[in-house]
Amino acid sequence: MANPKWIDATVKWIDYRLPVFTFVDHHLVDYPTPRNLNYWWNFGSLAGIVLVIMIATGIFLAMSYTPHVDHAFASVERIMRDVNYGWLMRYLHMNGATMFFIVVYIHIFRGLYYGSYKAPRELLWIIGVLILFAMMATAFVGYVLPWGQMSFWGATVITNLFSAIPLVGPKIVTWLWGGFAVDNPTLNRFFALHYLLPFIIFGLVFVHLWALHSHKSSNPLGIDVKGEQDTIPFHPYYTAKDSLGLGVFLIVYLAFVFFAPDFFGEPDNYIEANPLQTPPHIVPEWYFLPFYAILRAITFDIWFISAKLIGVVMMFGSIAVLLVLPWLDTSKVRSARFRPLYKQFFWLFFVDCLALGYIGANPPEGLFVIAGQVATFWYFFHFLVIVPVLGKLERPRPLPESISAAVTRRGVKTGRAS
Amino acid sequence: MTDKATPASLDHPEDGSRRDFLLITTATVGAVGAALAAWPFIDSMNPAADVLALASTDVDLSPVQEGQRITVVWRGKPVFISHRTAKEIEEARAVKVETLPDPQTDEERAQNPEWLIAVGICTHLGCIPLGQKSGDLRGEFGGWFCPCHGSVYDTAGRIRKGPAPTNLEVPPYTFGDDNTIRIG
Ligand code: HEM
Ligand code: FES
Repeated sequence: MANPKWIDATVKWIDYRLPVFTFVDHHLVDYPTPRNLNYWWNFGSLAGIVLVIMIATGIFLAMSYTPHVDHAFASVERIMRDVNYGWLMRYLHMNGATMFFIVVYIHIFRGLYYGSYKAPRELLWIIGVLILFAMMATAFVGYVLPWGQMSFWGATVITNLFSAIPLVGPKIVTWLWGGFAVDNPTLNRFFALHYLLPFIIFGLVFVHLWALHSHKSSNPLGIDVKGEQDTIPFHPYYTAKDSLGLGVFLIVYLAFVFFAPDFFGEPDNYIEANPLQTPPHIVPEWYFLPFYAILRAITFDIWFISAKLIGVVMMFGSIAVLLVLPWLDTSKVRSARFRPLYKQFFWLFFVDCLALGYIGANPPEGLFVIAGQVATFWYFFHFLVIVPVLGKLERPRPLPESISAAVTRRGVKTGRAS
Repeated sequence: MTDKATPASLDHPEDGSRRDFLLITTATVGAVGAALAAWPFIDSMNPAADVLALASTDVDLSPVQEGQRITVVWRGKPVFISHRTAKEIEEARAVKVETLPDPQTDEERAQNPEWLIAVGICTHLGCIPLGQKSGDLRGEFGGWFCPCHGSVYDTAGRIRKGPAPTNLEVPPYTFGDDNTIRIG
């Protein structure tokens, strides 16, 4: 049946055969959205827009890029100097990666603060963690492509992590490399993967949104929508709010692109890769620093398990723990607004993550070693002990009876009867 | 029994189990087939024949003076060749092997005591240790020092301090005569 909403004959004709208009209306126009979303809810749509920017700039870069050890570095320099607007494509892509992680990290901390991962949004959250993981893989292989010193040595250090796996470790590393060191076969496959993974992310985002639209957005109060009075249509309210956020975001992003394009980069990556010389200080991109700190925190063997293996397991574990968070959190209350203790532990955890990032940027010597161990301990202690225990001990503050009651004090007319 | 037109399988439970059997075996064979078909894809990522063909390197040792170290490339990796002095050999042999993190005698590591040949890749996370050039830091055991996370190797390339779990790898090599070796 054609949707009675459509009047125009062409629209009607198309919609009857392929209901695109109805689909858009359902999901972007008439889509009921909690009326109390704040600006922390902007970052999901921002992440989607950044993904599109990354794919667009990436495809144009790929038209001028050569994935061969003898030409990769020079081809990127050519993009920077000779290709029309090549510098713009590259700086948008480089800084876009940074912005992507900033946006997604904020999006994740939003989820942690407002308990967005709780029932019935567990799968939505888990798909989000998978997206994060795929982004990290994409950014890691992408960073190898310009074939600078950091590209090469970052790739060497990270792929070597797999050698820590008992028995098959060295075989896996040779397989990843397609040789006996990071070399041309490695660069080639990394380019193939770097082209592929963003489209996998795209697919994951689709499933993420599918899950989102099944139970709709949560909100800063963390209570369920009880009826129409609690929602407003997505358009024009949130299209407008998201557009404003996008404008602010673009100002920040483009300020870096035009005025400080190498702010987040490493000068060493403008030196061509040299397999016979390690730079004095290898650091990953900033968005990997907390995980790098966790990787290096373990400096001692435990029984027969090597420090290296424990470090690797903990690094992957630090992301994997997010997958089970919905079941670690025993509290029925979603939003930290009504959880006085959790709110404090949330901020402590946030500071802990910043500290891990700072530690990851520094050489593992002296105090940094201890600090790294303490911060790593706290990271896992937060999820594995604090969060489960807090749900049992904490007395949450009373929840408002509905969204509309809370945001309009007395509820809106169409709302409560009294 | 009855004259209803029921399919035989409902009357005879053993036929139902024959169906289960066929279903399960078919599915299993299909799954095994799919798994086997994945192998060529996976194996295509392993080192190709031409990469393997470059797998050995010949080195002329005659120009390398005593006390000198040179780096050669084997399979895309640096290999350290150290023409050790009498003092370095003695230091390497004086150690109590049991006290080492990765116990190995110097004899096990050097076919000819004058020449130490080891892959110049730190066994921690793959950086190239310093110590090949004359001005380089060599760490407190006179061997090599990895600047990445501070692993210290001795003159036999054995790990002595720091996060690296094992000694520098000794590649397979054979002496042609006293002045040439073939690595790989
Ligand atoms: C999830 C989205 C993506 C992320 C996070 C990402 C990340 C990165 C990063 C961090 C770099 C290194 C930048 C540098 O230091 O120069 C890079 C380079 C590159 N990326 Fe992407 N990328 C994404 C999508 C794509 C797509 C879809 C393509 C299309 C083929 C692509 C093509 C390239 C090319 C050709 C380079 C090398 C040129 C250069 O270094 O600027 N990227 N990418
Ligand atoms: S790579 Fe040499 S100490 Fe870490």
